[in-house]
Order: sequence, then structure tokens, then C-alpha cells
Amino acid sequence: MIAVLALHAVVGFGILLAAPLLRRTSALVAVVPPVAALAFAATIAGDVVDGDTWTSRLSWVPGLDLGVDLFVDGLGLVMVLLVAGIGLAIAVYSGSYFAPTPTSARTAGLLVLFAGAMLGLVTAEHVVILYVFWELTSILSWLLIGQRHTDAAARAAATHALVITAAGGLAMLGGLVVLAREAGTWSLVELLDAPPSGTAAGVGVGLVMLGVVTKSAQYPFHAWLPGAMVAPTPVSAYLHSATMVKAGIYLVARLSPAFGDLDAWQPVILAVGLTTMIAGGLRAIRQDDLKLLLAMGTVSQLGFLFVLVGIGFEDATIAGVTLLVAHALFKATLFLVVGIVDHQAHTRDRAELLDRRLGEGWLPVRVCAVLTAASMAGIPLLAGFIAKEEAYDAFLHHEGAAGAVGIVGIVIGSILTLAYSLRFAAVFWRRAAPDDTAVDAPRLVFAAPVYVMTALTVAAGLVPASVIGRLVDRAATGLVGTDVASKLALWHGVNSALVLSAVTIAAGTLLWRWTEPFVRATGRVAPPIDGYRGFQIVLEGVFSLARATTTRVQTGSLPRYVAIILLVVIGGPATLALATTTLPALPDPTDFPAQLALVTAVVAATIATSLVRRRLGAVVVLGAVGYSMAGLFVALGAPDLALTQFAIETLTIVAFVLVLRQLPARFQRDDERPGHLRRLLVSTAVGLGSFVLVLSVTGEDPVRTASDLAVEQSVPKAEGRNVVNVVLVDFRGLDTLGEIAVLLVAAVGVTTLARVGRRRPREGTRPLPDGDRLDPSKPEFNDKDAVGGMYS
Amino acid sequence: MKRSVIVDVTARLILPSALVFALHLLLVGHDRPGGGFVGGLVAGATIAAIFVAGGIDDVRSVVPFAPWTVLGSGLVLSAGVAVAPILLGDPMLQKWKIEPSLPVLGDFKVSSALVFDVGVALVVVGLVFMVFEAFGDEEPPEYRGEVGS
Repeated sequence: MIAVLALHAVVGFGILLAAPLLRRTSALVAVVPPVAALAFAATIAGDVVDGDTWTSRLSWVPGLDLGVDLFVDGLGLVMVLLVAGIGLAIAVYSGSYFAPTPTSARTAGLLVLFAGAMLGLVTAEHVVILYVFWELTSILSWLLIGQRHTDAAARAAATHALVITAAGGLAMLGGLVVLAREAGTWSLVELLDAPPSGTAAGVGVGLVMLGVVTKSAQYPFHAWLPGAMVAPTPVSAYLHSATMVKAGIYLVARLSPAFGDLDAWQPVILAVGLTTMIAGGLRAIRQDDLKLLLAMGTVSQLGFLFVLVGIGFEDATIAGVTLLVAHALFKATLFLVVGIVDHQAHTRDRAELLDRRLGEGWLPVRVCAVLTAASMAGIPLLAGFIAKEEAYDAFLHHEGAAGAVGIVGIVIGSILTLAYSLRFAAVFWRRAAPDDTAVDAPRLVFAAPVYVMTALTVAAGLVPASVIGRLVDRAATGLVGTDVASKLALWHGVNSALVLSAVTIAAGTLLWRWTEPFVRATGRVAPPIDGYRGFQIVLEGVFSLARATTTRVQTGSLPRYVAIILLVVIGGPATLALATTTLPALPDPTDFPAQLALVTAVVAATIATSLVRRRLGAVVVLGAVGYSMAGLFVALGAPDLALTQFAIETLTIVAFVLVLRQLPARFQRDDERPGHLRRLLVSTAVGLGSFVLVLSVTGEDPVRTASDLAVEQSVPKAEGRNVVNVVLVDFRGLDTLGEIAVLLVAAVGVTTLARVGRRRPREGTRPLPDGDRLDPSKPEFNDKDAVGGMYS
Repeated sequence: MKRSVIVDVTARLILPSALVFALHLLLVGHDRPGGGFVGGLVAGATIAAIFVAGGIDDVRSVVPFAPWTVLGSGLVLSAGVAVAPILLGDPMLQKWKIEPSLPVLGDFKVSSALVFDVGVALVVVGLVFMVFEAFGDEEPPEYRGEVGS
């Protein structure tokens, strides 16, 4: 299986890289990986159906307990067969659908990569690997939806899909980590065998469910799916109906047996799933674009699947797995049919197509379209009927509120499904258009996948037990834990489920006959904002919040920046120190007589710095502060610090002079400028804060212990007698590495600032005045010029 | 900018001895006062002296490398010493040393700490050099008249 995944990656990237050369052959090459996956599935299918679980382990990062652990059980096999089987159909179909261009080769490559990611997703055992593949499918979906990147609508739809599914995916990652921590294992199988309980586990499940409902386009996150229909039809058929959107269904099916007894589980499953099923159906019956009709139908069916595999009834699980297969078969086929019509007739509009003649050579396609639409509607003799009967039966035989709510919901949903299925099928049923509107029939190889999948739909409907029975039983057994006896059959005798089916068909047909009045009547009760509008509102909210924050915080005022930084860095820790520790007594100044003189010098020079009016003078006095400090270090026996301080002071003065060349010689009198008192307060507070902070830190015992330890270990451990240096390059070598990396960043920052500050004024702007150039409180300060320079 | 003979000569006199002093601080740093930071700063200060004497052009002609080359190679050297042991299966920053005996200089100790410190010194020198490159460049013509008012 690892080899199969690797093959997908190699072929996918190969096609992408060789896209300009391959053109037509890319379609042929793209057939290879799904065939390999099918061959693999065939070799393990026998054992898996007999009850074995195929596993494979590949260590990746042993230290993190991270490995590419894969497993295939019943449900896994169903998913692998769907992904590979439909993948093969799509690969064959794409060869005819796309004109042989580099773009289509790119699509083929991305589709192969997607198939690989999807296979990995449904076979992953390690939850982190599961998440990695999950996000890969989101990203590939984004690339495939946005394939026509010059089209703004395609870009918007792609971004919408990515933001929704990736946000859900992030929530899911959080949830998976919580669950894995609670369960003490990264293995999905072990986690589900012994599910954790408690509040944390509940939160974890909730987060994972967020990922599930976004990926599977459940309300209220459904809107990205119809938007994704801007993608080419093969992409829509594969990703957005048959496979990717089933990833959420797959995960719910896995989680349901383990977490189904949570209090909120059943209500949430029913509320979300049934809302999605009914609302999706209501949308589908009013669509004129056949592809959008199918897309909304997919949303509706995903809601149905969500309820079936999530609710936790044994029969419902069987129905869910059956519908999973049936839906993939009929919905992919229907999409391909729409693609064929679109390709030949250049329209997908229902009304326009009704006026066109699908004559010579179209009969097989039309038959297939009607048959698969009938399967979607749940008409007897077809796969969809088997699944729906089983679902009705499961909910009818379940006592209690969940059964009652469920059956009402899915019957309403199924009536809507029947109505939109008829709306779709009608296009291919009635044929009375004049000859001159005839549409060319598709070539055989183009339509072949449609024929094959329709044949499977019919076979699964006629003899379900022998076609999909054992596989579905195996998958359901693996999920519910008890042996599920094969009960799939076309004819169960006259029972209440059959009666309900008859009612559904009758009501659905009536609804279809009166679609227009119904749409007009329900149009008035439609919700005021649709999903996409809601998404936009949220997005705009985020943007305007960001803008508001930026304008509030990034005022361009240097004094304000400095004040904020100092207050946070000094004020915060100093307050904490005052609140939590008792300050030690001040050291006795008479211990070192030299100290007294030096400290006096430092204080005097500091006060002088703030009084001197010439900038150069201020720099020199500031230098005196630094040199006095260096002297203090010498007096206290820290020659290393003293040396560094001397060198730093010297360089600082030179650097200051460089900058001063560009500034006026004198300071403006600070007490004449607005905000003087505020700056004075901040300075005083920061000064006092530093004092408190240093005092409280030096008084603490741990520091003493740490420095003693360093002195003790310096020679034996690091063979160095200069403790300061040993700490820098040895004990704390990693910190030093980080610090010199910061120096690099600082150097880049200094250079950038220097270039920006000295940029030539633009044509037409006033030359900078003589006053404080960097003072943004002055009206002359043009921050657009200053900031824009960094990007220009 | 007019050149001052006194500053010029002083800078030339200081230059070699200051550089040797910087090298000394760097090499003995592990056992006696000194180390990469100080060594780099002293070397940086000599660059400052050259700059004061002859401007950025003199600095460029004395230092044969571009500032970002000095800075980058220092970072690469230090990071290399830190990361290389991982490739050999040891923990990060695993230390090693060789003690060659040279004919004139006598016994000598080269340790991973020294190589690391050389990287640190190069980064510091590079940073100082870069600051001069950034601020010490010729002014744009528009600003000339305002300087030194």
C-alpha cells in the first residue's frame, strides 16, 4: 500500500513537472495509479472480507512515535475500492473531456495526487497521518477548484473551500490531539477500541466533528460545495461528490460506535444531518443548471449519509455503508453525464437542453442518465432503492424520539430527492425537439465509464447480496462490533418500509409536477442570508477587526511604540516581582568604596543626559553613563562585562554620530511639546520598575545556585576557566546561537530602516522639513512614504 | 568630508595592534577575559576608527568582504558547529577538541567552543560593518545642505 501511495506521488508529480510535454499521454499515464490501487485492493479483498484487517507500519519519526501506519478493514476496503475505482473511471473520462493542453495535464497530475492523498486518508491508522492526508486533500481540492486561476470567480470559490475545510481541519487536529492524549495512544484503532470519556474527550469529539461537518459540507458550512462547481466536471465528480466530501462521513462512521453514547451525539447528528438533507433538497429542486442541481443534491445526500452512519443503529449503519457505495456510483455517473452534455452541447441549462435534440447515438447515455437518476431517487431495482429501504427499516424499528424524528426527516428528504431526480431525468426522457438542434453524440471511450458504473448500479440493485452484500456486511460488522448477518435484498415482502417508499414516490412525483408553484411558495421563507454571504460577512468582520487593531496600535508614533515596549517589558515583570516576592535589603554601599564614586558618576551623567540640549552633547554624556558602568563592572570583578561594555559604548557613540548627521543639532524643548507629562510619568515608572526588578532578581536564591553551579562545572565539564565565556559558548551555546541569529535580523532591520529614512522624496512631494524628521506628531510626517519605502 | 591628518595617522597606527588585540581576546576567551563578542566588538571598533578617518570608502577598501558575507559566514560557522554533531549521531553542540603542537607557537588547543566563538565574532564584526554600510553611505544629494547645521 505504501508502494501504491508512493506511485501516486511519483506519477502525480511526474505529470505536473512534464505537463508541457505530455498533453494527451498524461491521460494514459494517469490511469496507472488507480489500476495499481485496484490491484492491491483485489489482493487483500478476500482476507478482509473474511474478517482480517490488513496492516502496514513504516517508522517515520521514531522519537515522536510517528509512523506511516496504515490499516484496511471492511470500511477501509469499501473506501479504497471507491477511491480507486471511480478514480479509474475519472482518469479514462478525463482523457476525452479535456482538450490536450498543458492545463489539462496539470489537472490530471493533481487528480492523481489527490487520489493518493485520499487513499492515505482512508487507510491511515496513526491519527497525525490521518490529519496530514486530510489536509492534503483540502489543499489539492483548493488547487483543483482554482485551476482556472485567471478567473476571479474560480479563485474566490477555491479560497472559500480552502478556508472552510482548512479551518475545520485545524479544529480537527486539536480534537485529535486531545483525544489521543486522553486515550494515551496515537493509533486510531486503539483509540476507538477504548474511547476516552470525560469533559476533555467530549471537547475533543466536538472539535473533530467541526472538521467532519466542514469537510462533508453539512449545514451551516455547506456553501463551499456548490461554489466548488466552477471546477471542471471530472474534478467535481471525483472530489466533490464521490470521494473527498465522503471523508467526513468516513470519520463519523468510525467515531459513532465509540462516542455515540455521548449525550449530545444523537441530537447533533440528527439536527445537522436532517437540516442538511432537507435544506439541500429544497435548494436542488429549484436549480436550472444541471451541475448545480447535482451539487445541491450531493449536499442533501451527504446529510442523509451523515445521519445514517452517525446515528449508531445497527441497521442504519448497514444502510449508510450501502448508500455510501450507491451514492458514489450514481452521483459520479450523473456528473459525468452532465460533463458529456456540457462538452457536446456547450450548455448545462435544463431549459435550453430541453429544446435540443439528443438523437442519433445518444440513446445509451440517455438510458444511463435516467437509470442512475432513478437510483438517486430510490426507485426499485436499483442500488439507491436498496439503501433507502434499509434506512427506512432501521428508523421504523427504532423505538423512541430519535427513530421518530429520523424517519420523518429522511422521508421528507427522500421526497425532495425524488423531485429533483425527476427534474434531472426529464431532460433525458422527453425528446421532441427538431432535427436542426441535434447535438453530436459522444465517442464510445468518452461515455464508457458512464456505462460501466450504470451497469454496477443496476447489478447492485438487482442482486445486492452477491454484488455488494458481503463487503457491506463486513464494513458494518467492523463498525458496530457484532456480526451483521447479510440482510440486503431487493424484496423483503410487503412491510411498512415498502409502504413508505410508495408514499415517497407518489409524493415526490406530485412535488415534481408542481415544482414551480412550490418554489414560488417556499421562496418567501428562504433564509435571509445564504451560506456564501455568511462566509463573506465573517471574513469581512475579520478583516475590519484587523484593520481597526492596526490603526489603533500602529499609529506611527515612535514615543508611543517605545512607551508600550518599555511598559510591557519592565512594568509587567516589576509588578509581578512586587506582588510575589519580598524585596531584599539594599547592599551596604561601604563594602566597595569605589562603587560609591562610580554610582554617583552614573547617576549624575544620567541626569545630565536628560538636561543637555545639544544632541551631540547628550550622546557624549550618555557615553559617560556607559563608561562609568564599565568601571563599576571592573570594581565588582567582572572584566568580561567591562570589556564588552567599553567596546559597546565606543561603537554606540560612533553609530549615534552617524545618525545625528541627519538630525538637527538641538533637541526641541520637551516641556514645550504635547504629552510632556505623560512621557515623564512613563520614564519615571520604567526607571523605578527596572530598579525593583534588578533588586528582586539579585536577591533570589536560585540565581546564586545557578551561578555557583556554573563556576563549579566550568573547568571539569567545559575545560574553560572563563566562566562567562563557558556559559556563552558551552552551557548556553544554543541560546548564543539564537542571539547571533537575532543579530542578523537586527542588521537587516537597521539597513532597511536606514535606506527607508534616506529615500529620495518622490516627485511632487515636498522635501522633508528641517524639524524632527521622524516625529509623526508633526503634520509633515508622511507615514505612507516612510512605510511604503520598505516595499518599493 | 575633509580628511584630518591626525585622525588618519592615529587610525593607521591603531589598526594593526587593535586587530591583534581583538584576535587575542577571541583566542584566549575560553580561559581568560575575552571571547567572541568582545573580540568582535574590538574589531568592530577598529572599523569605526577607519570610518571616522576616511569614510565608508576606506572601510570598503580595507575589509575585502561585503558586510553581509562576513555576517552570514559567521552565522553559518556557528550554526554548523552546533548542528554538525547531529549528523554524526551525537547531540547538538557536542564538544570536541584537538591539541596540535606547532613548531613556534607551542602547544595549542582548538575546540568546538573556539570555532563557535569565531562565528560569533564574525557576526558581531559583520553587524558593525553593516551599520556603517547602512548609515555611513554617501548622503542623497538633497540632504547635503542640512548636514551639521
